[in-house]
Amino acid sequence: METLLTAFQLPDLESRFQARIDAEDKIEPKDWMPEEYRKTLIRQISQHAHSEVVGMLPEGNWVTRAPSLKRKAVLLAKIQDEAGHGLYLYSACETLGVSRDQLIDELHSGKAKYSSIFNYPTLNWADIGAIGWLVDGAAIMNQIPLCRASFGPYSRAMIRVCKEESFHQRQGYEIMLTLSKGSKEQKAMAQDALNRWWWPSLMMFGPSDQDSKHSAQSMKWKIKRFSNDELRQRFVDMTVPQAELIGLKVPDDQLKWNEERRSYDFGEIPWDEFWNVVNGNGPCNKKRLADRVNAHNEGKWVREAAEAFAKKQAQRTDSKLKSN
Amino acid sequence: MASKQSLIDSILILADSSLILAQRLGEWCGHGPVLEQDMAMTNIALDYIGRSRLLYQYAAQLQGEGKSEDDLAFLRDVGEYKNLLLVEQENGHFGHTVIRQFFLEAFQFPFYDALQNSQDQTLKEIASKTIKETAYHLKWSTEWVIRLGDGTEESHQKIKTAITDLVPFTGELTQAVSCEKELIDQNIFPDYDEIKRKMDALINTAFKQAGLELPTQVYMHQGGKKGLHSELLGYILSDMQFLQRAYPGLEW
Amino acid sequence: MWPLFEIFIRAKNGLDHKHVGSLHAADAQMAIENARDVYTRRLEGVSIWVVESKHITASDPKDADPFFKPAEDKIYRHPTFYDLPDEVKHM
Repeated sequence: METLLTAFQLPDLESRFQARIDAEDKIEPKDWMPEEYRKTLIRQISQHAHSEVVGMLPEGNWVTRAPSLKRKAVLLAKIQDEAGHGLYLYSACETLGVSRDQLIDELHSGKAKYSSIFNYPTLNWADIGAIGWLVDGAAIMNQIPLCRASFGPYSRAMIRVCKEESFHQRQGYEIMLTLSKGSKEQKAMAQDALNRWWWPSLMMFGPSDQDSKHSAQSMKWKIKRFSNDELRQRFVDMTVPQAELIGLKVPDDQLKWNEERRSYDFGEIPWDEFWNVVNGNGPCNKKRLADRVNAHNEGKWVREAAEAFAKKQAQRTDSKLKSN
Repeated sequence: MASKQSLIDSILILADSSLILAQRLGEWCGHGPVLEQDMAMTNIALDYIGRSRLLYQYAAQLQGEGKSEDDLAFLRDVGEYKNLLLVEQENGHFGHTVIRQFFLEAFQFPFYDALQNSQDQTLKEIASKTIKETAYHLKWSTEWVIRLGDGTEESHQKIKTAITDLVPFTGELTQAVSCEKELIDQNIFPDYDEIKRKMDALINTAFKQAGLELPTQVYMHQGGKKGLHSELLGYILSDMQFLQRAYPGLEW
Repeated sequence: MWPLFEIFIRAKNGLDHKHVGSLHAADAQMAIENARDVYTRRLEGVSIWVVESKHITASDPKDADPFFKPAEDKIYRHPTFYDLPDEVKHM
């Protein structure tokens, strides 16, 4: 009876759902939604959550080596924010009826992806600056439109994330600025970091529009507001003058201001490299995943202990209540 | 009046202990047993970095040689570091980290509480800020001691091992060295016998609830406060000081 | 896995607790402490409530119309419904 009714009503439900989206109404977890919408959200939000958590690792590398106490505190606070962001996003995802355990299993089994940028190594201190400036910069560019995503919990999580991330990019750029005003070696560090992080940062916006398989539907559902290429162009236009300001050279010979478009033309993104890293062949794919899996496995006894203790406590409270 | 050098040395014991522990806790970043606890440990680490900065700034000011907090943190070698042996011990498993934290907080809570009455105005102010953090750290670590002690058989065994491994480094906490003795005589530092009584009470209460016992007749290692460390500290410092040493005299 | 808790935070005294999100904890006490580290890192709160998610009963979105629409035409519940002479300044 129930299924018959649902099947009968489906087209109606779908058109009403789309009408709500078109009217910029937010969809909340218990509302009816097309199965594909739910799946798309779970995929995107969990991928985003995993990226935050895996993203802690390349920067975490430098916590013990940060060159001043101030930088150490800032870096730790930033990485801690990322843990928080991962958590906000896992929470948003859980409202769609999937547990964090399931999501983590999918990450650990390699089924779920995370942003490929974190499969690159952090080799010198300037990498910490470059990550804040470029990687967080690109992330913010992606995330600001997501604050208006049609799914309520996702949009609310993104508002919180964006608010907190505003310091991340600034601290990164400040590191680059300090280095670029410093010694010859420091300038070289900064340039080296820009050379290595520039193209991977541009890749963070995802494949070119014509190759992006989920884009059109996501736009229609207002999960996505701008195309990958649009956001990428904005990022280039914003970042190139920032590099010039601190005397660094963007590693792209074809980079040129286009007066007509009021935008920069830039060279071909090395997509072969992108797909290689996505498919597991980046410099750190194995290490990053292994680190996450180890942390999770080594924490198992801790989680179990806390659970067992909570059960015992509840039983104690119960029997106390009964004896009274 | 206590000599300035004794005051500086005693402050460095506190500052170095704070920084080295922060350094150890920072190693957990991204590797915690669950995301929520990753954040908890990072918060504690941040409190400790902040505290070390206040203390280094004060020590540098007393020295009057124009040094910065970073000069003190990054340009002194193992023998000049005065941190407690306890804090340089490895993170081990989560139980080790919890016990290391708990022992330290059980000392620091009564210590910083009493330090709020110090004759030294700056230490008094630092203590009144620190005691709030310490109260939280003590709560966090006590609760985990109880959870792990009274959790599963496995967690009970693991925390027992951690206790056995780390108790030998706790004697030093309440054993005043000469610079501290001078400060105690001048009412700048509190009396350590009283601190030890309170510390033992905190440990016993938590252990009783956790079903754990404090081993007795343990040989207590000493030396950290005088610059005699385990081999571990050298690795911590070479990691921490690498950039400042490789590229001296620069702004970062 | 530890159960899910919903977190409510009072931003400052005088305001209501407001839902801010959720997190996992082994028990309610831990949930409060986790909430402190997760949701109040920037002085966002002075008080925290936690409740295990499974204990929340929510109205069904399918009932939204019968639940909430009937209030729509009862505009006489609002002060602006009443026309008073301008001379009556505050009422």
